[in-house]
Amino acid sequence: MYSEKVMDHFENPRNVGEIENANGIGQVGNPSCGDIMKIYLVVEDNIIKDIKFKTFGCGAAVATSSMVTELAKGKTLEEALELSNAAVAQALDGLPPKKMHCSNLAADALHAAIKDYQEKHKSA
Amino acid sequence: MRRVYFDHSATTPIDTAVVDAMTPYLTEYFGNPSSFHSYGREVRKAVEAAREKVALAIGADPKEITFTSGGTESDNMAIHGVAYMNKNKGNHIITSAVEHHAVLNTVKALGKEGFDITILPVDKYGMVNPDDVAAAITDKTILITIMHANNEIGTIQPVKEIAAIAKARGVYVHTDAVQSFGKIPLNVDDLGVNLLTLSAHKFYGPKGVGVLYIRKGTRWKQTLMHGGSQERLRRTGTENVPGIIGLAKAAEIVSANLQKEQDYLTKLRDKLIKGVMDNIDKVILTGHPTQRLCNLASFCFEYIEGESQLLSLDMKGIAASSGSACTSGSLEPSHVLMALGLTHEIAHGSLRLSLGKDNTEEDVDYFLEVLPAVVQRLRMMSPLAEDVPEMEEFMEGVRCGV
Repeated sequence: MYSEKVMDHFENPRNVGEIENANGIGQVGNPSCGDIMKIYLVVEDNIIKDIKFKTFGCGAAVATSSMVTELAKGKTLEEALELSNAAVAQALDGLPPKKMHCSNLAADALHAAIKDYQEKHKSA
Repeated sequence: MRRVYFDHSATTPIDTAVVDAMTPYLTEYFGNPSSFHSYGREVRKAVEAAREKVALAIGADPKEITFTSGGTESDNMAIHGVAYMNKNKGNHIITSAVEHHAVLNTVKALGKEGFDITILPVDKYGMVNPDDVAAAITDKTILITIMHANNEIGTIQPVKEIAAIAKARGVYVHTDAVQSFGKIPLNVDDLGVNLLTLSAHKFYGPKGVGVLYIRKGTRWKQTLMHGGSQERLRRTGTENVPGIIGLAKAAEIVSANLQKEQDYLTKLRDKLIKGVMDNIDKVILTGHPTQRLCNLASFCFEYIEGESQLLSLDMKGIAASSGSACTSGSLEPSHVLMALGLTHEIAHGSLRLSLGKDNTEEDVDYFLEVLPAVVQRLRMMSPLAEDVPEMEEFMEGVRCGV
């Protein structure tokens, strides 16, 4: 059902946790569909220096959260904004079709965190 | 790694004595039971002996036993057959919100064909109130279909009381006894039902074979399939002979061992429930506290999601389920858990552990050893959780599991 990469990221998720001094936080999903993803960012000089996640959801939700943090770390905000849900799924060697709808929200969470950073940055 | 199978409500391993009984009907006795020659006759004789065994196991007459392909077909046949045969009397069907989809979706489909449908609510333990059934009956009610025991939470329904109410009002009762047969005493006269469903693979028999019991005198007709005259015109198609032989053998074995297995499984189940409730916080035991199947313990763990639990347990060799096997691929929370009044996020955290005769106390001990770390790990990943230890501290040397 799941690729080996999905299972690897589920079993050993990268970048799990919160960042106390995060300057961008994004959360997507809702409990009724079964997935909530929260991404914490530390952005310095337009680059994602640190990123962590917390996820309530299925195996695919955990794996996509983990993968998006790996893909985004070290990227500029513009590069990170180009990351799509499809790219995250592809990086995991694909997801079962029924998991694409609800679980593949990871890039949305990342984008929400970047947007949060940009909003805060604007008002600062 | 130790392997533990806690998913007997999805399917049971076939009993070796059942395999032994079936084998000659896969090889030596291959005749079609509808054939008149000796090859057919000897197989027909075996099928009828199997029918007698099944009838004996549930207190029925052999003529009231129809072999089918399993629980879903039996449920469909029962409900369709009564609905269409009794249309002249009325078009109202009553069921409950916690039925298996084989019942619920069949009733809903009839609703689209012009039948009036009442889906009764359940209490927080998943129990149907017989008073609600009585209040729902109208002069157009032709059928009440309420399961004997729930497949997700194990709650045993008051079918006997419901059937008594129905009988007094001239209404037929069907019960899906797929999960209860072999776990609690089951006698069709004691229950007072008109129709009853069984499925062999839930009681150590083969997959793809089941039973529909139809009480003598019940106005019912086969409406789903057209074909030959097998099973006294009730179920067309060549009989699944090895399956039928296996089903009957399995029924015979579980009936003979019922009390012993019930006592054994109750002990294991109670140890499991106590171990989970004592050692994990923010967990809800779903289903009725006492009126529940001896082999089933179901929980909802706050802040974490069911599939993640299953994957984590599977990585430690433990097979379990989140809701029924039929709904585990769905993104929707279980309709049964939602009917109990649970919130979406709590219903998503469901875990069903269904025990079987080959499980041991050591299996339960192993599960109880593995579970806390699985729950804690997932909670530390969850944005819904509070007051859990720091992730990095916990993950140090732990990773997935204990």
